[in-house]
Amino acid sequence: MADELKDIVLKYVIAEYLEDGADPITYDTPLISGGIVDSFSMVSLKRFLENKYKISIPDDQATPEAFDSVDKIAVLVRKFTQA
Amino acid sequence: MSYSEKTRTTYQGVLQGLKDAGLFKQERFIHSPQAADIEVEFPSGATVRKVINMCANNYLGLSSHPEVVKAAHKGMDERGYGMSSVRFICGTQDIHRTLEEKVTEFLGTEDTILFPSCMDANAGVFEAILTKDDVMISDRLVHASLIDGIRLCSAMQDTYKHADMAHLEQKLEMHQDRRHRLVITDGVFSMDGDTAPLDKMSELCEKYDAMILVDDSHASGFIGKTGRGTHEKYGVVGKMDVITTTFGKALGGATGGCVSGRRELVEMCRQKARPYLFSNSIAPVVVEGILKVFEILMASTERRDKLEKNAAYWRKGLQEAGFVLKEGDTPIVPVMLFNAKLAGDFSRALYDEGIYAVGFFFPVVPQSQARIRTQISAGHEIHHLDKALEAFIKVGKKFDILGKTRQEIIDRFGM
Repeated sequence: MADELKDIVLKYVIAEYLEDGADPITYDTPLISGGIVDSFSMVSLKRFLENKYKISIPDDQATPEAFDSVDKIAVLVRKFTQA
Repeated sequence: MSYSEKTRTTYQGVLQGLKDAGLFKQERFIHSPQAADIEVEFPSGATVRKVINMCANNYLGLSSHPEVVKAAHKGMDERGYGMSSVRFICGTQDIHRTLEEKVTEFLGTEDTILFPSCMDANAGVFEAILTKDDVMISDRLVHASLIDGIRLCSAMQDTYKHADMAHLEQKLEMHQDRRHRLVITDGVFSMDGDTAPLDKMSELCEKYDAMILVDDSHASGFIGKTGRGTHEKYGVVGKMDVITTTFGKALGGATGGCVSGRRELVEMCRQKARPYLFSNSIAPVVVEGILKVFEILMASTERRDKLEKNAAYWRKGLQEAGFVLKEGDTPIVPVMLFNAKLAGDFSRALYDEGIYAVGFFFPVVPQSQARIRTQISAGHEIHHLDKALEAFIKVGKKFDILGKTRQEIIDRFGM
């Protein structure tokens, strides 16, 4: 089922982190544990989400585990947008 | 003692895992001074062989230069062997400050501070000059020592795609709310041999009020028309806020590194950088050697000119032979083999032909980017390069990769 939030995040991740010719990724592709996003580069994803959805994600919740797939990121974002 | 059999077995298992994965590194013992012609024992216990060295960072051929060796002897005779102190207790001799001033003059900066190595310079500089209110924006292919330094710093961390100026601009725009922005790059990227476009980066940094730090370890002494470094190549001498570099490569190849740049940033390192505060001064013998290196380089561009010609000759020879190379115009010329095992086998076959050139593969370079990284020196003569080229062609024919594309090599040997 189409999910606008996930599609926006997926599009950002592809543009920001994937090199040309890389294998396609999906909602459940492991991003950090799969080596696609390194811990240095996570900050831009966090800032993108905060700006886009007008939320503030505390550092202790912006963990590699919480950012490890588009599915998990969507859960995190919804937690703050619905708060 | 608490090194139990269980503990030993754990480490033995880890090391065996590295061997099983083909990631176990073995050192080759060299029985001669560093030079184009060296005597190597490999594997350990084997008969020592005379081979041509095609993988040293000895870009200017100064590692064993008689004048540098003589100057080092002078340093030893006049100033002793070691300092037995960090700089700020009783480890600063007048020659340490002389060297700092010489580096400042050579690089065209405001001030310089010496470190035991450039690894230490990079480990210490970020935490000394930035706080959690700042952001570090680094190229995704910067050297491991910069990555470690960034990790040790409390400032926010971000990256941009390798040498992608549009992406860097996006990041600079995004981080306008931070107190300071610091853009971080290598001058020459050590694995690929390409250069950072410092002119464009400098413009972006001015536009978005950002500082720039460049690690010029694979450039100082030979890149740019008088060898000042990548900032000279791109016409931005005086515009780099921080340059870190090493004396362990072209500049004599012994030990030591430095942070050179804006006066206040250098002073912040002198006051706060932990690898500077808590490790010994560079030994006088090394300081005198480096001073001689600068004297040689500032008197003539002969050595960097020869290096440039040698590198162009070598690159052209490999291209004409049909190897796949990484694009570039530096003395780092990577011969792409893509497959890790092929890179290892190719290196071994070259050694049998009297050529010493090491294979690099994951995790040092990305997966399926295995290669032989060749590095040219002003210490090479044309006969060295011709002999090496002959060997590369012979081994290239043996593995049937000459004239083959990346895809054809991958199809045959795998990723």
